Amino acid sequence: MSPESLAIQGYAHPEPAGDSAPRYQPAGRPRPQRPEPQAEAPRGRALYPFSALVGQEAMKTALLLTTVDPTIGGVLIFGDRGTGKSTAIRALAALLPPMRAVAGCPYACEPGRPADSCEHCRGLRQGKSLDASIEIPVPVVDLPLGATEDRVVGALDLEKALARGEKAFQPGLLAKAHRGYLYIDEVNLLEDHLVDVLLDVAASGENVVEREGLSIRHPARFVLIGSGNPEEGELRPQLLDRFGLSLDVVTPTDLETRIEVIRRRDAFDRDPHGFCAQWKAKDVALRRKISAARRRLPMLAVSEEALRKATELCLALGTDGLRGELTLIRAARAMAAWQGATSVDGEHVRAVGVMALQHRLRRNPLDEARAAVRVERAIEEVFGPEKAAP
Amino acid sequence: MSAEPAAPAPTVGDLAGLAASVLAVAPRAVGGLWLRAGAGPARDRWLADLNRLMPPEIAWKRVPAGVSEGRLLGGLDLSATLASGRPVSETGLLAAAHGGVLLVTMAERLDPAAAALITRAMDTGEARSERDGLALLHPAEFGLIACDEGEPGEAPPLALTDRLGLCLDLAVLPASGHPHDAEAVRAARALLPRVQADARHLTDFCAAALQLGIASLRTPLQALAIARVLAALEARIRVESGDILNAIALAMLPRATRLPESAEEPAEAPAAPEEPPAPDESRSRREPDDIPEDIPVEAALASLPPKLLESLIAKMGDLRTRRTGSAGQAAKNARERGRVFGSKSGDPRTGARLSVIDTLRAAAPWQKLRHGPGEPAQGIAVRREDFRIVRRKARSRTTTIFVVDASGSSALQRLQEAKGAVQLLLAECYVRRDEVALIAFRGRKADVVLPPTRALTRASRALAAMVGGGGTPLATAIDNARLTAESVLRAGQTPFLVFMTDGRANIARDGSPGRVQAMEDAMASGRRLAELRQPIIVIDTSARPAEQAASLARAMQARYLPLPQADPQRLVSAVSALQGQERERRAS
Repeated sequence: MSPESLAIQGYAHPEPAGDSAPRYQPAGRPRPQRPEPQAEAPRGRALYPFSALVGQEAMKTALLLTTVDPTIGGVLIFGDRGTGKSTAIRALAALLPPMRAVAGCPYACEPGRPADSCEHCRGLRQGKSLDASIEIPVPVVDLPLGATEDRVVGALDLEKALARGEKAFQPGLLAKAHRGYLYIDEVNLLEDHLVDVLLDVAASGENVVEREGLSIRHPARFVLIGSGNPEEGELRPQLLDRFGLSLDVVTPTDLETRIEVIRRRDAFDRDPHGFCAQWKAKDVALRRKISAARRRLPMLAVSEEALRKATELCLALGTDGLRGELTLIRAARAMAAWQGATSVDGEHVRAVGVMALQHRLRRNPLDEARAAVRVERAIEEVFGPEKAAP
Repeated sequence: MSAEPAAPAPTVGDLAGLAASVLAVAPRAVGGLWLRAGAGPARDRWLADLNRLMPPEIAWKRVPAGVSEGRLLGGLDLSATLASGRPVSETGLLAAAHGGVLLVTMAERLDPAAAALITRAMDTGEARSERDGLALLHPAEFGLIACDEGEPGEAPPLALTDRLGLCLDLAVLPASGHPHDAEAVRAARALLPRVQADARHLTDFCAAALQLGIASLRTPLQALAIARVLAALEARIRVESGDILNAIALAMLPRATRLPESAEEPAEAPAAPEEPPAPDESRSRREPDDIPEDIPVEAALASLPPKLLESLIAKMGDLRTRRTGSAGQAAKNARERGRVFGSKSGDPRTGARLSVIDTLRAAAPWQKLRHGPGEPAQGIAVRREDFRIVRRKARSRTTTIFVVDASGSSALQRLQEAKGAVQLLLAECYVRRDEVALIAFRGRKADVVLPPTRALTRASRALAAMVGGGGTPLATAIDNARLTAESVLRAGQTPFLVFMTDGRANIARDGSPGRVQAMEDAMASGRRLAELRQPIIVIDTSARPAEQAASLARAMQARYLPLPQADPQRLVSAVSALQGQERERRAS
């Protein structure tokens, strides 16, 4: 049997063995038992290392910026197949520094700052056990297509209800994603009613469940990451500007890059663990850089120039509302923190301009393809021609 | 590496046989197989031969095109759950195929959402389901065979075909015996992990992919895997140039969107394919200079029998148009008799579907009470008031088919106006999330510029690129519109036809010029179209409202709207109003 793999994206996998027993797990396991690091990675499979991804700089930057400041608000990645969209997001899971959570909290609340809507932590508020915390990996939850609403939002725990006549809430994927990432591949194929639920929760940071006699409210703040292929249908317009950043990925066309992508992928497929060991140092360095940028973030002041340029840019493009401007500034600040700058300047705004604004242009559905070009043009107008790279 | 084929040239029958051998050795490593062949003895024989090459104990699971998500992923096992009184899961097809082969029949009709579930399992090697209150995780490592009936204009979802390394069209490459037996396959399986490919082989495949205009990065990776398997089948641990050529023929040629220039005109020089005409000239015109000179694509092409090459190229043209068209779109909404969007209490005996999970949830809280105190629980007590039935949101989608007259009689100015009006109507479709199709007619032809799609940006681009001039083959246009409308109906949707023409036909159905015959044909075609009993609107684009377009509208039993009198906005509201009426009529 061959150790090779067929897929560009995803995990390395051995040829069919046919001997492993199916794993069954009841859905609503309590939080502390969440799978160890590499949140969604099944045991024994290696994840392609983030630092080994070739090219696709915009996508990597956007993902890294959300690790510095999750409030930027989600990333939408649209583009060709086999460009490493899923690989990058799954790799991100392994890259993120672990986080601390209130011990025993089913929603993994932040110690010292539990969510208001968390029943568990509200009950503990008087007691001292709120201080007891554990270290857990940041959740990166995959929302599989075909998931039913009860598993997404949570529902009555059937097992407990049937076996013990107990009315218990079984948290869904939204609960699992709290304080982490929710990834939807082929987001444009998701059922409309699920999209509505997601939008609602993403906007409020809270999941309200009213079904089967349950009345539950729990925190659900997460970074929504969607990817898809535009050939399969467009995204509903309402969904577009719920994403903080958006970008298009295209297959590299130059031979050298393509060879490098395939060389690394082939090496990974043939020896996943050896390949990961080779890249481990680089991944660790990236993780340290994320931590450092997070520490720097609250200390960064936004310069007058950056604010003015951001406003000018949004005015020039006629983006609706303030959401675009806010995201632009947040992303610029995260960019400044990532680059180790001492303040947020115009150049940082410029660097994130396209990904923060291209999906917010006044809607002309028939001109969508040129959105990035329009933003680039406006950036040239506001900032002047680009300086030559040092 | 040199361009001369070092291995014996593959023959026609060998390629079909080789594909089977390769798949039998490493179904997952090579990404599975895209089998284009109508259902019939040829396909059955090929599959049976493949079955014989594979280890006898492995599972073969068949996926019908209309498969439900629950069936693919698994979920709650109703009878076992009711019997045992606790949730019991049921294995889906993806997990059941673990270690074996998953065969998708009529893959061109596969729903993109179902395709996404399959491709996800291919990528991760497991089936993960979050359904019916259960979170299931099963290993699902299988080799995929997607059978495609090979109908022109139809193909399985691109997400699927992109992952299938081997590509075989039995109409082009009829099977004629198999070069390897089960013993050779077994030996190759054992040898495969030790097979080495050089770095330059990888470069070869990348260069070949660029030469053939294959954008996907998966293809060269799969070709590399295929080359390794081919070496293992010959009991070698080194990949040789013959393996490279065969791998290109199996994985790349059928996906080519263009040919290296020296092989562009095989029909004119079939006798001397090994004589590359003026290589310096053709090379210098080739775009990126970073493509190495000696790539094996031409060698692979030259090593194929000229007749086979010709038919491969003919097929490629077919694939090319299907690529730009929207693969699988017609099938996309075939199951849309309404989407499930929840459940309500009700009686399942009225023909509605029982929502098992919601019924159980409704029954659950009462179990203690119903069993009575001290009584041991015997299964689950479900009562009539617990029944929950599935609610479906009926959503009959509309596909608006634009049929635009781009002939010379529709003067250039009018064509621009017609385009403007269509753009406005497109924007309306976007709001309603309708699908659109575009047919343009001029000269002797009426082309389906855009098959039904929701990607309206493409429609808009196609429209902008449309040029005018030439004759008016109105009858052909109406016939093609009818064919498109029929396929829309087959997919369970409602077609809505918008003709933009001055109605002055001058090309008859058989392509001959002549106003009288052309008008007669157009009227006849119009009357046949009327038999579909679908909403049609004829927008008269002539400078002054004229009799031709009006009588055409009568023949089609269509609504008639003269464009010159309607400013574009009024036109849009008129069309929308008509569509609204239609929806109401259907709803009642």
